[in-house]
Amino acid sequence: MSARVHEGSELDGQGLAWLDDPGPEHEIVLSTRVRLARNVQGYPFAARASGEERERLLDHARDAIASAEILGEVDLWQMSDLDAADRTLLLERHLVSRELILGPEAAAPRASALALSRERALGLMVNEEDHLRIQALRGGFQLTRVWHEVDQLDEELGLRLPYAFHHEFGFLTSCPTNVGTGLRASVLIHLPGLVLTKQIQKVLEGMGQLGLTYRGLYGEGSKIVGNFFQVSNQTTLGKTEDDLIEQLESLVGRVIGYEQQARSVLLREAPSILEDKVWRAYGILSHARSLSFEEMMNLLSGIRLGVSLKLLKSPRVETISRVMIYAQTAHLERAARRRLDETDADVFRASYVREALAGDDPSPAGGTGDDDGDA
Amino acid sequence: MNCEHCGERPAEVTHTEMSGMEEEMKTLHLCSACAALQGLGGPPASPPIADLLAHLGGTQEKTFETDAEACEYCGTRARDFRKTGRLGCPQCYAQFGSQLRELLRRVHGSSQHLGKVYVSSAVDIDDTEVRLATLRRRLERAVEVEDFESAASLRDQIHELTGAS
Repeated sequence: MSARVHEGSELDGQGLAWLDDPGPEHEIVLSTRVRLARNVQGYPFAARASGEERERLLDHARDAIASAEILGEVDLWQMSDLDAADRTLLLERHLVSRELILGPEAAAPRASALALSRERALGLMVNEEDHLRIQALRGGFQLTRVWHEVDQLDEELGLRLPYAFHHEFGFLTSCPTNVGTGLRASVLIHLPGLVLTKQIQKVLEGMGQLGLTYRGLYGEGSKIVGNFFQVSNQTTLGKTEDDLIEQLESLVGRVIGYEQQARSVLLREAPSILEDKVWRAYGILSHARSLSFEEMMNLLSGIRLGVSLKLLKSPRVETISRVMIYAQTAHLERAARRRLDETDADVFRASYVREALAGDDPSPAGGTGDDDGDA
Repeated sequence: MNCEHCGERPAEVTHTEMSGMEEEMKTLHLCSACAALQGLGGPPASPPIADLLAHLGGTQEKTFETDAEACEYCGTRARDFRKTGRLGCPQCYAQFGSQLRELLRRVHGSSQHLGKVYVSSAVDIDDTEVRLATLRRRLERAVEVEDFESAASLRDQIHELTGAS
């Protein structure tokens, strides 16, 4: 036994350590995530497994988790032990999927669980669409590092759990779209420059032709808000994991380049308009009394762009990422210690954002020209 | 509210952009079809397997339509898979192998796994070359991210397999 498993810990700031380390290319990339789908021999896939089989699989997985050295101190939560608010909290942190937390009649599915290392955002979901979804997340653009972590955990778990593996099809998964490597690597990237210069469609189409796909902030089926795109590999079979990772790395690298170009064009061609937009976004966020999540995200996009281009000195990108997490409804409810209806949530959100932005003087240190004091 | 573009279908996608250099931020309420046409809002979901299956086969014998073959292990039938896009258990891959192969080629462009090889401790697969290739890739990566502890252990495993001292 080389990991210490803590079951049912109080939920606090788990899984958010990456917020303090924005990572490489953080002007444009928020985070990098890699997940591996794995199933265990001798069990039907989770959707078809009986409650009892799911329980047995969880027991089996628990032993493997306890022996995985890389996890160190690890928290384990069974979704059925958490109330709906806590489950949503984990969802808002992108640590669990809807499928993991939402069973029939809105109750948590039986024996579905999340294991999460306390030292880093590395862990696994148990009894999701696949038996295991091994996952890791880091700030910024660092695919190789995140893949390396996931791969190590996969190796350790594979020693204890006999994976379902086929010589031709590779790692077997419930849905054939994940079969083979079971690997989905994604990069959450902020592309306001390409949106503003109307090149985004061309870039997205190009990525599609090269085997990448994109989604909104919350994965499959979610919409794009705030110019944040989650770009990931489309296929999982017929290439090595390293090739998939390298391909994504090089294509996202190019998209980062295009975004940088678009931003310089904007700065060169329309500096005052850009500056005005950024400051308006800042003005609304620091004074509004009611903000929907979507409006907030679109304004945060403007601020993030402003900070990256040094039109604003503050907030730091870490603060912006933090707000993106903590101004979601379940997080606001937790802070308020009560359920919030939509109107209340918008009011709480505005107040939280004002507080998060207060205190810092956003005027650029060196100044980009005029003395544009906000106060 | 109806889609602001076609005015017919209900708006499902809200797209806000800081569009046009001289305009204010603009919010569009679009139906998913118009949004997709404009490359906005709704990401193009990868074709659901069920839809894809409907296009497979064509005039030939339709894939996953016969009811004869249920998976011996879990009882999943071809038409269950057609409906849900999900298989029931690992054995289904063997059961539906030939039909799946075609589907996988359509989805992934290949049906042959080239990634990591899983060697269960229970099964001793004699495929040293493949295992070596995997170990070497992992070693390279460990060095790249400066995880020297893993690198050392991987180097040992490679030596063990190659018989080098």
